[in-house]
Amino acid sequence: MSKWYKYASPVNLYPLASRMIPWFAIPAAIFFITGLYVGFVVAPTDFQQGDVYRVLFIHVPAAWMGMFLYLLMSIYAAIGWAYNARAASMMASSLSITGAMFTFLSLITGSLWGKPTWGTWWVWDARMTSTLILLFLYAGFISLQSAIDDPRRADRAGAVLAVVGVINLPIIYFSVQWWNTLHQGATIRIVSHTTMAAPMLAALLIMLAACWLYSVAVVLSRLCCIFVEREQVEVIG
Amino acid sequence: MNRPSYIVMFRWVVWREIVLAWRRKSDVLSTLAFFVIVVSLFPLGMDPDSRVLRTIAPGVVWVSALLASMLALGRLFASDYADGTLEQMLIAPQPLGLIVAGKLLAQWLVTGLPLVLISPLLGLQFGLSTEGTRLMAVSLFAGVPALTLIGAIGAALTLGIRGGGVLLALIVLPLCIPVLVFGAGGNMALVGAVLALTVVFAPWAAASALRVAVE
Repeated sequence: MSKWYKYASPVNLYPLASRMIPWFAIPAAIFFITGLYVGFVVAPTDFQQGDVYRVLFIHVPAAWMGMFLYLLMSIYAAIGWAYNARAASMMASSLSITGAMFTFLSLITGSLWGKPTWGTWWVWDARMTSTLILLFLYAGFISLQSAIDDPRRADRAGAVLAVVGVINLPIIYFSVQWWNTLHQGATIRIVSHTTMAAPMLAALLIMLAACWLYSVAVVLSRLCCIFVEREQVEVIG
Repeated sequence: MNRPSYIVMFRWVVWREIVLAWRRKSDVLSTLAFFVIVVSLFPLGMDPDSRVLRTIAPGVVWVSALLASMLALGRLFASDYADGTLEQMLIAPQPLGLIVAGKLLAQWLVTGLPLVLISPLLGLQFGLSTEGTRLMAVSLFAGVPALTLIGAIGAALTLGIRGGGVLLALIVLPLCIPVLVFGAGGNMALVGAVLALTVVFAPWAAASALRVAVE
């Protein structure tokens, strides 16, 4: 077990990370192609929404990734802060950008889905508003880290913000839900997919796996870039 | 020499902050003026129909109070950081959280409380009923301290960074959204709950952020 601790050092982690990348990138590409094929070609047309519902195969995984990556980012940042581990903090910085991208993607695809189905590009319902706030939280983390010159201070400051943010996240979500029910603005119900056709569910799960694999590959490659930038790691072999 | 007790230290910090603010009254008054101006901008930006104004009044006043608090937070640690007092506070035997709590109490008294006291006048401007104005003032009374407390974490994190004011607002505003939602929505119980949470945890979090910033 203790032999794993050597990977806490960026110098040791770099070769491992760079070797891992193709093992995730290639399956990610395969899963994406498979998932898109199953979702757009194999899955049947929804009798309520027509073909527009297929955006869900990108929208739902993107939304989930945005949320999971925020949690993961906060955990890594907290570890980096508590144990003074540089590699963990760099991982958090790397995760933040991919997470922000997925959150943004989920907002865009949500709007694209909303226009044909609800008639409007944006609606202030609980889910979209919470995702927007999550994007703001990411933006705050990224801009705080980029505004601080000293990398160790940037790591720790980001960690404080990430921990405060992740603790606040349930409160924010609850407050937005409460606000939404109070104002009863949108009587929009997301199409319930409790009885999803098998191909739809399969496509969704394949796309979710694809997004996870993609995230790992991209986060690790960005991590390697951060290593080289900050630690002046020599690329050997 | 005996180490001053926690209560003595707390009282000293609060008193020092109030005296310093008194010497530079523009800090207080400019926050207040900003608050009033921003509230007045909203009717100017739209049709000042009295029914519409009455509906938007709590939200407008709350958002303006939020923005005014964000701007006022810049002064919380900046001058102490510049002249070295903050470092002395960091190495003081009393817990940093206590000192930060004292600063925050003074900050609220100096910048937050005036906003609450002037809010009934603004309620009049928007044609709010007496009951509505009372609700709004009470929600502000409970909520503005929470805004200051949450904002202190941001103020500590962005200490000494160029472009700090806008960055402070960017990182703190999403965290203040629950207070805004509950306050403008008139749910006193939830505002009080958030206030209780922030009173307990924010001074400690701000103290940790200060240690990160002043290394």
